[in-house]
Amino acid sequence: MRSARRTCEAGVLALWLGMSMVATPCAAGPSETASAPDDALYRALGGAAGIARIVDGMVDRAYADPRIQKKFDGVNPRALKESLRNQFCMLSGGACKYEGETMKNSHAHLALTKADFNALVEDLQFAMDDAKVPFSVQNRLLALLAPMHRDIITK
Amino acid sequence: MLRTLVLPLLLAVPLACAAQAQGKLLLTGGVSSIDGAAGGGLSPWALTGSYATSGQVGATAYFTRLPLQDYSLSGYGASVAFGERAELSLARQDFSAGGTGAALGLPGLKLKQTLLGAKVRLGGDAVLDADTWMPQIALGVEYKHLDAGGLAPTLAALGAKRDGVDVYLSATKLFLAQSTLVNVTLRATRANQNGLLGFGGAASSRYSLMPEVSVAYLINKQWAIGAEYRMKPDKLNPSVLGDALREDDWKDVFVAWAPNKHLSLTAAYVDLGRVVPGIQPRRQRGVYGSIQFAY
Repeated sequence: MRSARRTCEAGVLALWLGMSMVATPCAAGPSETASAPDDALYRALGGAAGIARIVDGMVDRAYADPRIQKKFDGVNPRALKESLRNQFCMLSGGACKYEGETMKNSHAHLALTKADFNALVEDLQFAMDDAKVPFSVQNRLLALLAPMHRDIITK
Repeated sequence: MLRTLVLPLLLAVPLACAAQAQGKLLLTGGVSSIDGAAGGGLSPWALTGSYATSGQVGATAYFTRLPLQDYSLSGYGASVAFGERAELSLARQDFSAGGTGAALGLPGLKLKQTLLGAKVRLGGDAVLDADTWMPQIALGVEYKHLDAGGLAPTLAALGAKRDGVDVYLSATKLFLAQSTLVNVTLRATRANQNGLLGFGGAASSRYSLMPEVSVAYLINKQWAIGAEYRMKPDKLNPSVLGDALREDDWKDVFVAWAPNKHLSLTAAYVDLGRVVPGIQPRRQRGVYGSIQFAY
């Protein structure tokens, strides 16, 4: 039970397990998450294979990142990667469904700072560099993820 | 006195906080503007300097050089940022008047300005609020003191004061999906040539509200290119010297490079327009180079 909960927490720590998938981009309020209007970004990221590579790279880096690795204590990286792949796929306009915990609930007690948040952003940027994702495409994905800071940073 | 005490203090802070203030993304602290505040080269932005975010204290120090056709400007200074909430800066500008000084019977004339700045972020997050139009907004104040050397009696006769205060409101927004940053600053000022020729004049000593605009495109994490336009008041035109001291807006195109969170280099092609056209009628252009260290 406990490890399942931790898996879930870290999934969220990973910043992106954005929830409000039904958010309408035009009316995106401060706590909602917009997703891409079509699958152009999903394809630019390299589809399922590209996203898997990006997510795996980010999680591997985060687990080895002395700034934030403690936040992942007891979290199963395989489950986390699986969850994040679905999340990124759905956000970028791919035909996937993410059904995990909400960002807010799962992050509430992790006491994450903006520095923690940005550290993971940097791990993601390096993972995307490794996957040869052009910078402009990286920023289109980051633009969908960054607003989640409102639900994730609590400290 | 102010200079001798405050600068070492400003520079001492980074030592105490080394390795603590790394919580922001590369280049999101801007560079050091010529007035010392974090921003572009000519304009302060709503971003706070250094890489300090909540709970961190960061600092920067910089040196800038701008040789022009008939003059040269050098500047150096330091700033301290308290998280992304507030920033204090201290800067110094040395302006060599070149042939204009000699033409006025003041060979070797140097205009020296000391600038003390404070900036408070009022709200917004320029980088992370990517799904709204809300920019990061900051209110800033710059106190400037001019040591005009042998030119001081002339400036006094023209009605220009030696001390001035600028107040500005900046809005900065990173359009993340487009990799483009936009800043708009509204500055209430009566500074002549940014204060290097004093503040106000016999014709008008009232404050003017002057817009400044910067646009930057992020090429990748380490490189940004952009352009700036800064409008200026014209309080010494006319003067008893006619339009001899008329001034123009400032503009530049720039490239900035941050190889890591401790160093950034900025190069720009700057056009300061005419500076004392009564003596030097041509536009003053030059290549600006600036180096910044951050802790």
